[in-house]
Amino acid sequence: MEFLVASAIGAMTTAGVYMVLRARTFPVVLGLSLLTYATNLFLFATGRLAVNQPPVIGADATGYADPLPQALVLTAIVISFGMTAVVVVMAVRAYLETGNDHVDLTGESAPEAQEDDWKQLGHKQAALEAAQPTGPAPGAPGAGVAGAVGERA
Amino acid sequence: MNHALILPVLLPAVVGALLVLAARHDRVLARVFGVASAVLLLLIAAALLATASDGAIRSYELGAWPAPFGIVLVLDRLSAMMLLLTAVLGLGVLLYAINGWDERGKHFHPLFQFQLMGINGAFLTGDFFNLFVFFEILLIASYGLMVHGGGGLRVKAGVQYVVTNLVGSSVFLIAVGLIYSVTGTLNMADLARKVPHVPAADQALLQAGALMLLLVFAVKAALVPLHFWLPATYTNAPGPVAALFAIMTKVGAYSIIRLYVLAFGADAGEAAWLAAPWLLPAGLASLVIGMTGVLAARSLGQMASFAVIGSMGMLLATVSVFTPQALSAALYYTLHSTLAAGALFLIADLVAERRGALRDRLAPAPRFPQGELIAALFFVAAIAMAGMPPLSGFVGKLLILDGVRDSAHAAWFWALVLSTSLIAIVGFSRGGSIVFWKSHAFESAPQPSRRAGALPFVAVGGLLAGLVAITVFGGPVHAWLNLTAAQLFAPADYIEAVLGIAGGTQ
Repeated sequence: MEFLVASAIGAMTTAGVYMVLRARTFPVVLGLSLLTYATNLFLFATGRLAVNQPPVIGADATGYADPLPQALVLTAIVISFGMTAVVVVMAVRAYLETGNDHVDLTGESAPEAQEDDWKQLGHKQAALEAAQPTGPAPGAPGAGVAGAVGERA
Repeated sequence: MNHALILPVLLPAVVGALLVLAARHDRVLARVFGVASAVLLLLIAAALLATASDGAIRSYELGAWPAPFGIVLVLDRLSAMMLLLTAVLGLGVLLYAINGWDERGKHFHPLFQFQLMGINGAFLTGDFFNLFVFFEILLIASYGLMVHGGGGLRVKAGVQYVVTNLVGSSVFLIAVGLIYSVTGTLNMADLARKVPHVPAADQALLQAGALMLLLVFAVKAALVPLHFWLPATYTNAPGPVAALFAIMTKVGAYSIIRLYVLAFGADAGEAAWLAAPWLLPAGLASLVIGMTGVLAARSLGQMASFAVIGSMGMLLATVSVFTPQALSAALYYTLHSTLAAGALFLIADLVAERRGALRDRLAPAPRFPQGELIAALFFVAAIAMAGMPPLSGFVGKLLILDGVRDSAHAAWFWALVLSTSLIAIVGFSRGGSIVFWKSHAFESAPQPSRRAGALPFVAVGGLLAGLVAITVFGGPVHAWLNLTAAQLFAPADYIEAVLGIAGGTQ
């Protein structure tokens, strides 16, 4: 059981750290959730793993399950649940206000952030039509996009 | 049992809830309640400081549960001093904010109260997990305050801030879990009693937990290399909120001082002075990077942010010497740098409010209303922050240079503190002359002010008056801080006050 719990915590932490380091907010939020799950499981295990034991020290009990980490985990779960809600709302708000869901600030963001920008969608289409005055040719839409991106770069 | 100990937590909690329920739509009512609460907090903090000045350590058991099992609040000189500092800064910032900033978004006043509640709780608690909870309270309120007023850049910087702190919270919990799994306690005094008896086999777990905790506090205190969140956050936060955040970095510093002197101090056996080898290089690096950042900054807000990083570096490097003399110097510097940073952020906002689209960027622009007065205020705040005579920054630096004299690394301190002071002076004079002086090259007369309230100037002036006060009364303040440091370096008193004379319940 120890191996199972330890490897579960390890795997979730690894995945969480990896996803927190992504450039866009959705994977970051998922990564944060995974990190908090791993943290909760870890806290749970700090009272030692015990099966079928009473949560109090009794005169006739051979052992006990530490109830304190369980109380801590409850608090941690409530807080992390609330915080996930906050970060989701703020991420959505940032997406709506700045036009893209990249974590970087506008001045220092990668060119992909501008490509993903929904506020520049109109400009992109205008650039597309300017590149092909007769209207978008059905055969080669990719060339137009590449041209528009190239112009901006 | 002294029920006054819970008031600094209880009062903002009740007022904050009242403001949400009753004064949501009434601007005047919200302002009156907010300011009244801040004034009351100031009085309570002053009373608690007077109480703590007799040298006794008071503990308050919540729900009358005895100490290692229940949660305690502990009031000693250090807690009382930080409470008073929070109350002074909070009142100043609130007076500034009610001149219009509080109308630019919803729920400014309740969030402000909850923020004060979290900060006060973190300074008072004597329990680790409770420290985590109060950290979360102050962070949750700060997320709301950070994006107050909205705007794309601000919300995006807010997301970065939230993500950084959520990762920090996870690390905090893991560290608390590690320490609990080894010592079986969450009470700081009880931990101090148990750390010396941790068997050698468990030392690795204990020290890993303690150092992860140091990592979390260093994130809060914006120590290099964990400082990256601070400039973006503070620069993009609303001016008064950034000024209030000046105390939040000190919450991290306070936690480091409290924990690593009490539980991992001289009596900790194998884990003695665990934090020192990490804090010293990180602190000195923060000092250099922060003060260089002041020189490289592109706006007044950025300048103040980097000055905060630099002053945190100076503070924590001094703490890492871990002698009573150095600690009292660091505490004096804490008082000074909090007030100076708060004033600088407010001044940056005064400038930003008056220069239209240019905001507080370091670029010449036509003169703006009340420019001379603001320039004078900036001059005073910059002198204090850079550590030039005659203000408290100079006194603080002298105390620090004197306090680390016996340290093995004194040469590093002297060289870096003095050279970074020069860099900071150059940085501040460059910023001040671009913003205030070069504006006289423009022909146009200052435009009439849109709304020239006196309150912002009262707020900034009040914070600067605080700086002058701790300079003028430097002697008594320093004597009091010496007693504080001596109290911190006698952990036995703290343990006895929290756990009772019996001490050993197991």
